[in-house]
Amino acid sequence: MELLEGEKEVIISQVSEILGKHKHNCENLVPMLQEVQNQLGYVPELAMEMIADSLEVPAVAVYSIVTFYNQLRLNPPGDHQIRVCMGTACHMIGGQIILNSFERRLQIEEGETTEDRKFSLERVACVGCCAIAPVVVIDDLVDGKVTPTRVDGILLSFENSNNNEGKKEQEQKPVERGEGQE
Amino acid sequence: MGEKKNHAEKQYQEIKTKAEVKKPLTQDKTVVMVGTATCGKAAGAIDVRETFKEEINKRKLNAEVVEVGCIGHCYAEPLVVISKPGFPSLCYGNVDEGLSSRLVEDYLVGDDPCYEYALVALEPNEEFPTFTDFPRGMFEQKVILEQCGLIDPEQIDHYIAVDGYHALAKALDMEPKEVIEMIKESRLRGRGGAGFPTGKKWDFCCMNVQDPVRYVICNADEGDPGAFMDRSILESNPHQVIEGLIICGYAVGASQGFIYVRSEYPQAVRRIYTALEQAREKGLLGEGILNTDFSFDIEVFQGSGAFVCGEETALIHSMEGKTGMPRHRPPFPAEVGFRGKPTVINNVKTLSYIPHILNKGVEWFQSIGTPDSPGTAVFALVGKIENTGLVEVPMGTTLRTLVYDVGGGIRNEKEFKAVQIGGPSGGCLPESALDIPIDFDSLQEAGAIMGSGGLVVLDEDDCMVEIARFFLDFTQKESCGKCTFCRLGTRHMLDILMRITTGQGEKKDIEILGDLAVDIKNGSLCGLGKTAPNPVLTTLRYFMDEYEEHIQGKRCPSLMCPELINFYIVPKKCSKLCSACVGSCPVEAIYTREDGLKAIDLEKCVKCNSCPLACPPEYDAIIKVSPPERVEELEKENA
Ligand SMILES: Cc1cc2nc3c(=O)[nH]c(=O)nc-3n(C[C@H](O)[C@H](O)[C@H](O)COP(=O)(O)O)c2cc1C
Ligand code: FES
Repeated sequence: MELLEGEKEVIISQVSEILGKHKHNCENLVPMLQEVQNQLGYVPELAMEMIADSLEVPAVAVYSIVTFYNQLRLNPPGDHQIRVCMGTACHMIGGQIILNSFERRLQIEEGETTEDRKFSLERVACVGCCAIAPVVVIDDLVDGKVTPTRVDGILLSFENSNNNEGKKEQEQKPVERGEGQE
Repeated sequence: MGEKKNHAEKQYQEIKTKAEVKKPLTQDKTVVMVGTATCGKAAGAIDVRETFKEEINKRKLNAEVVEVGCIGHCYAEPLVVISKPGFPSLCYGNVDEGLSSRLVEDYLVGDDPCYEYALVALEPNEEFPTFTDFPRGMFEQKVILEQCGLIDPEQIDHYIAVDGYHALAKALDMEPKEVIEMIKESRLRGRGGAGFPTGKKWDFCCMNVQDPVRYVICNADEGDPGAFMDRSILESNPHQVIEGLIICGYAVGASQGFIYVRSEYPQAVRRIYTALEQAREKGLLGEGILNTDFSFDIEVFQGSGAFVCGEETALIHSMEGKTGMPRHRPPFPAEVGFRGKPTVINNVKTLSYIPHILNKGVEWFQSIGTPDSPGTAVFALVGKIENTGLVEVPMGTTLRTLVYDVGGGIRNEKEFKAVQIGGPSGGCLPESALDIPIDFDSLQEAGAIMGSGGLVVLDEDDCMVEIARFFLDFTQKESCGKCTFCRLGTRHMLDILMRITTGQGEKKDIEILGDLAVDIKNGSLCGLGKTAPNPVLTTLRYFMDEYEEHIQGKRCPSLMCPELINFYIVPKKCSKLCSACVGSCPVEAIYTREDGLKAIDLEKCVKCNSCPLACPPEYDAIIKVSPPERVEELEKENA
């Protein structure tokens, strides 16, 4: 992926700061990568190279760690991260249907980001709210008893509230109590 | 040794006296406790909390709003407990903003507790039933969940006020060896899945006397994708786990502990950090704990989303900054573990029992459960069951009691089909296995495992081949790739199951599945591979007929597998006056026929199951049929 002008500088300064905070040994590798992702939303190639240099290991060693762990990603996420629960309870009660609905509406596959970088779609295994399955986590908010129509509603609420704090709007909306779910 | 006695106890009593002033339930003002664990929040607990706060402020009432964890009745979230002087503490379920305002108005201001909305009272009283008056309460016995949902996890004083950290003081006044002896005698077995005797593990860790450096790790990686016991405990009562871990550290002579927690549990992570900080402030963690010469601290390590990292050797590798691949055991981590040093790894629940055993004694612990599996079992009860949530029952309780009495039976009067127990390493047990007592050994005989406590109830609408495919899909994705059989064998099994669930199965597939299962079990290094075939083996064992229907009849008897079903609107039942289904369809596949009845364009239909739910129950006109070609027959019949 091509970095835009300016992005490179941000990465360098953020990663340098993180490197400054930790001892440079392998035990801190995963925590550092997690911090990079927390700051930048993903782990850019440049960051992996910088970390590899500082630990004096080949970049591919860092790369293999990043690709091993599901949490770490190689590409920037969308402005809004949609994670559909694919745990047992959610799966049995229609999680796949919800994932399909998002894929259809956003015209991307699970694991991808929309072209305008507004939404990214992922699966997650059990967020611990099985009692209100099927569950979707939108940014940091858990939404339960989701239906395909509710999927449309969720995406619409982002479009409507466009820039005026989509997140807040979400927060105020009580969870729809799906009726006759199963 | 003698002079050492009671040092810690004295220091502890001082801390406790100070903490007791803050005990939530003994104050002379009203306390409103709102459950804000992840599940509560998802159901709207934050709005409820805010409403209570606003209304109380507006009226300048002498009442406090406290955030607590989860009391396990997740089906009724958001949950609120109100304790008002002069009344029993009452628990209210399904609370929304409207009910919140009403409770402030009628109960906090007036004296009407609105019994019609109350679920249960917490203390025995004349007015309202308590937990023990319900079947669930009769069979439940709470030990490690006892305080969950009743104390504020972010206030250490709440925990101390209910005798928290007393066990630590007791342990510190004992010799480490005595602590290990006590845990050994209690016969506590690890709750992380395998049921290994905890005392033995600790003892093992102390064998190597030459090397003084040892580590203790709390395994909070909870990878089973349908279970949330560990999350709930960490969010609701983190200090209990921390206390257990400190005692473990003292017993085996470690000065550093770790909590390895999934990063998918942000709230649990936050609450652990807060709890650790508070424990340090109180001198319960750090240098010279409780004025003794024992020093110990705990660091948090966040797992980054790999199921296999719950396996202890993989967990250690991942903490060391390597890819989380398991290695051959022996040597066990208790001999060669983190940084090559002897390391004890215990599950969240295992450690949670430790303070209770020290406080209440070995005999008390053994009086619960069965001789070989003493204590309780904690389950996340989910799926098609009436009362979903977190339950704790004595070991030896039967699955039937758990499903029907504690869980309240199957939802919507459907027929029970199976319980999936133990997650991806476990299995599906049918009706005939319901009288099996829950303990480590009996479940294994039936082909499942105790696991860490996920229990999913399945009903007649759940396809057993599909659930086998689901778990294989999970283990196949999560296989770390080290062992060929696990990596390729699970792939092969998954391919076969996908063929079967899409109607392309062949007769010989069943035999191949059985053979592969044996090969994978034998050819894998760690528990992931060794148990991966269990979901397939148990469904083959107990639900062969469903496999056969898929393979020979090309139909899904539970009407679940999308490729094998179609939706159909029965003309005789459809009403011309209603178009609920049309609006519910996300792809505009439903249209109005010339005669005014509705019909589905099967080319467009994505089988999302929205329309049967939207169709009003008085018409109930939309059905699923299998095999899919059945629609054509029905069309002819109804033409
Ligand atoms: C694939 C795999 C996943 C595991 N996941 C977990 C887990 O999420 N939590 C856990 O406590 N133990 C898990 N275990 C078991 C651990 O290896 C280990 O036995 C356990 O943490 C020991 O703790 P205990 O003695 O308290 O049970 C897993 C094992 C395997 C093979
Ligand atoms: S399975 Fe989805 S929240 Fe647990």
